[in-house]
Amino acid sequence: MIRVIFAEWRKLRRPTLFFGTIGASLFFTGLTTTFLYLMIDSHRGSSDRGRQVSREVLNLASGSVYGFASVGGLLGIIALCVFAAQTAQEYTYGTFRNLLVRQPGRIRILLGKLIAMKLFALILVAIAATVSISLSYYLSDRAKITTDLWFTSAGYHAIGQTLLNVTISVIYYGITGMILGLFLRSPISAISIGVLWILIIENLLGAVKPTFLKWMPANQFRTIAQGGSPDVSYSHALTLGSLYVLVGAIIAAVLFSRRDVSN
Amino acid sequence: MTTMAISVRDLSKKYDSGFAVSHANFEVPLGTICGFVGPNGAGKTTTIRMLLGLISPTGGTAEILGESIKHPDKYLSQVGAMIEGPAFYPALSGEENLKVLATLGGFPIERVGQLIKEVGLEGRGGSKYKTYSLGMKQRLGIAAALLPNPKVLILDEPTNGLDPEGIQEVRDLLKRLASQGTTVFVSSHLLSELELISEYIVMLRKGEVVFAGTMNDLLLEQQPVILVKTEKESDLQKIIDIAHGDGHQATIRSGVAHIEGPAEWAGTLNRQAFEAGIVLTQLAPQLPNLEETFFEMTGDRK
Repeated sequence: MIRVIFAEWRKLRRPTLFFGTIGASLFFTGLTTTFLYLMIDSHRGSSDRGRQVSREVLNLASGSVYGFASVGGLLGIIALCVFAAQTAQEYTYGTFRNLLVRQPGRIRILLGKLIAMKLFALILVAIAATVSISLSYYLSDRAKITTDLWFTSAGYHAIGQTLLNVTISVIYYGITGMILGLFLRSPISAISIGVLWILIIENLLGAVKPTFLKWMPANQFRTIAQGGSPDVSYSHALTLGSLYVLVGAIIAAVLFSRRDVSN
Repeated sequence: MTTMAISVRDLSKKYDSGFAVSHANFEVPLGTICGFVGPNGAGKTTTIRMLLGLISPTGGTAEILGESIKHPDKYLSQVGAMIEGPAFYPALSGEENLKVLATLGGFPIERVGQLIKEVGLEGRGGSKYKTYSLGMKQRLGIAAALLPNPKVLILDEPTNGLDPEGIQEVRDLLKRLASQGTTVFVSSHLLSELELISEYIVMLRKGEVVFAGTMNDLLLEQQPVILVKTEKESDLQKIIDIAHGDGHQATIRSGVAHIEGPAEWAGTLNRQAFEAGIVLTQLAPQLPNLEETFFEMTGDRK
């Protein structure tokens, strides 16, 4: 297993992928956090979906990670793209056959890949958290936010809790990408279907009937990152989100272990 | 201890469209070079995929180094393979690609540099795979197959895209490996190359094994041929008539009469041609080569 993880890591650490992904996550993190503070007085809202976030909310102990929690969904989409591409490209390049000749344990290959990609996601989340919290602190003065409570024990607890939630959310998005990659065997199809579902289809369904969102997978993942939302509780999102990921992963793993590798 | 590197018994793979491989039986002794030939779609790659545990057979069984193909984990660490041409990550260098496989297989990373040198990619190992020519990709594929220092090497079209010098290098490499005890199971369309290096041959046609045995046995089984050219091309038909008159099969191909018959009959033909006033410009008895035998046995001559 450890050999599979190191082999996968060699692929993940290539500069264009590693720095490209980190760069994209920093861009979205910076953008979301900056908007949150610079547009705090804008009547068009300062957070995702035009939500208005007041100074009172940002003054709270959890204020330092509000921006980071908001960007969780976007980090998740980045993870979905990376996990999907890293999995499906093995089919398009025909490299799965090389991997399976060197390591015939198919589930071991999948688990090793998953662990390596989780490590990658962890680095992504840690860097995004550091940048978002630093940027929040830097912009707090300008937005007239009091940071007294941010670095109390309650503040550190909020940072830890949000870091954990965003990590779970990002990994769930990533596993969904991996499942799509295994099913569709093409990076372009896996990424486009995944992103289309998250950004358009779920939102359309939500617009038609808002209660649908309570059951949609990406909404659960997003809600986990935010630690709950007014419409979906954290425990509901965590339970349903975990169930989706677990069932999808089991089906994909069983299919992969039984399916002929013919390309 | 088994003396067979590969042993295939009644192996079949059936898809909805029919049998890709049907009840194949053959054996490859340890330390030999075995050519694996057949027209496109004959089932060669499907057989190789089954031997490597990539696809499951629908019937029969096979063993590699005495281990059933149902448990590829028991033998794959001693097997090197290149299937359907080289397949690597385009954004990684050749060297890095090999390191991925070396890490995965638990082979020493130092081996990567040695193999890069051995297959003639010295100085280009650090270049991205996507910048490689077809020949270089092929060489990298062979290097990857050699990573485990294999007891059995399975290569699917290893000389595709190589220039004549590259083909000769691969031929020498395979001979050297076989002399060191490695069993080489190689499929190729370059039949003349296989004839030069293979002691054993397995021939497939439409998923069925039409021959499996030594190269000598295969060629000796074939009817010798006498090739005849005449000064006037119009005399070729008379030569064919003489051959038919003596009970020999004969055809004209590309201005040459091909007569199935023993070398000794060439003298008789020469005398009869002289008596008929025909001047022969070529009279060459010869055993069919692998290519002719292949066409004969697979019925693949267009």
